[in-house]
Amino acid sequence: MDLAYGEEYETFRDEVRAFLAERGKEAPPQFSRGKSDAKARDWQRTLIEHGYAARTIPKEYGGYGAEPDVLKAHIIAEEFAKARVRAGHIGDDRLVPTLLELGTEEQKRAYIPPTIRGEMRWCQGYSEPNSGSDLASLSTRAELDGDEFVINGQKIWTSGAQHADMMFCLVRTEPDAPKHQGISYLLFSMDTPGIDVRPLVTMTGEATFNEVFFTDVRVPASQIVGRRGEGWYVANATLKHERGGLGDPNQAETRFLHIVDMMRNETIDGLPLMEYPVYRDRLLKLQGQMLAMRFNGMRILSHAIKGEEPGLPRWIVKLNGCEMNHQMAGMAVDLMGELGVLYRGSPHIRDGGLWQQRYMLDLGLIIGGGTAQIQKNLIGERALGLPKEPKIPAGQS
Amino acid sequence: MEFGLTEEQRMLQESVSGYLGSACALPRVREAADANDTKPADVWEGLAQLGVQGIVTPENHGGVGLSMLEAALIAESLGGAAAPVPFVASCVMAPVALTQAGSAEQREAWLPRIASGEAVLGVGLTEQIGRRESAGIAVDDGRLTGRAMFVLDGMDADAFIVADNDGAMHLVRATDTERRALTTIDRTRSVAEVVFDSTPAQVLPGSVADREPLLATIDAGRLMLAADTLGAAQTMLDQAVAYAKERRQFNRVIGSFQAVKHLCAEMAAALEPCRSLVWYAAHAVRAVPEESRLMACHAKAHLSEVGRFVARTATEVHGGMGFTDLLGLHYWFKRIGFDRQLLGAPEIVREEAAVAQGWIG
Repeated sequence: MDLAYGEEYETFRDEVRAFLAERGKEAPPQFSRGKSDAKARDWQRTLIEHGYAARTIPKEYGGYGAEPDVLKAHIIAEEFAKARVRAGHIGDDRLVPTLLELGTEEQKRAYIPPTIRGEMRWCQGYSEPNSGSDLASLSTRAELDGDEFVINGQKIWTSGAQHADMMFCLVRTEPDAPKHQGISYLLFSMDTPGIDVRPLVTMTGEATFNEVFFTDVRVPASQIVGRRGEGWYVANATLKHERGGLGDPNQAETRFLHIVDMMRNETIDGLPLMEYPVYRDRLLKLQGQMLAMRFNGMRILSHAIKGEEPGLPRWIVKLNGCEMNHQMAGMAVDLMGELGVLYRGSPHIRDGGLWQQRYMLDLGLIIGGGTAQIQKNLIGERALGLPKEPKIPAGQS
Repeated sequence: MEFGLTEEQRMLQESVSGYLGSACALPRVREAADANDTKPADVWEGLAQLGVQGIVTPENHGGVGLSMLEAALIAESLGGAAAPVPFVASCVMAPVALTQAGSAEQREAWLPRIASGEAVLGVGLTEQIGRRESAGIAVDDGRLTGRAMFVLDGMDADAFIVADNDGAMHLVRATDTERRALTTIDRTRSVAEVVFDSTPAQVLPGSVADREPLLATIDAGRLMLAADTLGAAQTMLDQAVAYAKERRQFNRVIGSFQAVKHLCAEMAAALEPCRSLVWYAAHAVRAVPEESRLMACHAKAHLSEVGRFVARTATEVHGGMGFTDLLGLHYWFKRIGFDRQLLGAPEIVREEAAVAQGWIG
């Protein structure tokens, strides 16, 4: 065990801190919503110039062009979070790594630079009404007509489709092939004729998702990533990235500190909640879980530095992290009791109803990106080596 | 930056686990338990060859002088084998107490003998954590009168370290006391009730005006029980997974049913982060002392909860067999149950964690 980062990295950390102290005030607010504005794009450009965004994206595609260094990336994330300054991004952490790995030279040059600058926004067209956890059964068709694909079908749970410029989309191009081998991965503009986006209001009262309908949408055949029928394998590179992102332990730490404050400040019969042993014990149970996941994260980081696959510690992050966040939101609501059911616009509301909203939204995150049950299958099969469920031939049930 | 074990630490753990795997497999555990033997001579001697008893005792007193992390790795291996060995009190808590609070003579008298395995010390600090049945010890003119309950490793001990009602620790020879065995669910470790009646004792001088050595001794014991549970729970999970891959019903191995697979996945998801928590808590004793009490409390409490979940779930995965004596899974189930209550049940320890971070007075 050696928790020190060493001189090279401490120097690097000092540089990041100095940058944040000097330039941090130019950043837009942490969580501004809707279309990315000019200020956000300026900030992103500044970050790329200094190597704090798109750090390892090659220069010819508009990035900073540094060698991958897990610890430096970690230090950047840590210092930005501590300073509460909006961090940089790579435009879309599912698409950009996929294009870098599998895209053609033309695709990389056309899409990566505007995406990492925040000028081109993407949505992911994967899930369908009848293809959720069993994504590979998707049925949106794309038929080749001359040198164009013609797309018909429907996607659902498409986050941000109402604001996106482009979609990366899975479509069935070889209907007669086995289900995993009949899929292709296409890129197209959301302005293409025949695309209809209908916002889907969720239980939180907001439309974060959409349904997207395709009627004879024509896309040039060159817009495919990888070859025909290989889309499932192309997509799996991005699913991997999405799963890594959900359940990040830093988020639980931030929530936890917020809950500790709430325990000190909220009172029942004039007594702070921290004085009530039942609430305190619940808080401490959550703290134990959170610490275990914090150190699990450090273990993963340590593997990543050495370029090793962490295995089980990694497989459990999405399941445990999302569950823990949800429990924290649930606890915050319970701490407020009657005040906890107040929602937007009510007098006496705490944090603008944030905790109720999180309690609902988190359920979406437990389900999205591979449901908790799918995660348990993955842990059981890939990490513990348990056999898959036998396949039932199509048409039987 | 390296969050993980060194090559030496891995080798240490592999050598202890490897030795126990051959010399202390289930039949030997069962044999010892049936004979009420919580310190079988062959296993004790074999572990002494590996330096287990002296793991944290300083080198100048004949020990190996390694850190709490190495001790935790050994405790994990012992828990993994459900090994009947008086390790937690004699090999870790007593050396911590003696090193931090003992006089030069006391250290010289006991540490080399503890480290070689020649002597065993029992430790009775339960009353400093949560007193039951009005137990406790009064001091009068250097003599002790009263009762210490749940003295860990007590039936194998040549002497005890106990705390008086003011928290000062004392060394007492076992032959000067009356002790009786408390029979617990876990037949791989011994606890004693020790009665003192104007019994001669030597105070550990460093513990008279300073509570820190006492608390450090309790922290060390809690860490060891947490690590023991980690090892025991990992064994139960491994056995459940192996059974789920082998047992067939409805023409399928039961591990292919999601109902069973998900139980295994839930155990793994709960247990794997515990490994990192135990490593960090043990590392913090030397490296991050300001966090060490909080981390020891959390390791103890969190492992108690996860351990209980794994113990019942792994038993369930085994179906009716899990419930039998024949399979022997219950040795680990009971070991985890024992670890949970000794040196503070999780509710008690979490309250201490609240104090340790200044949340309550």
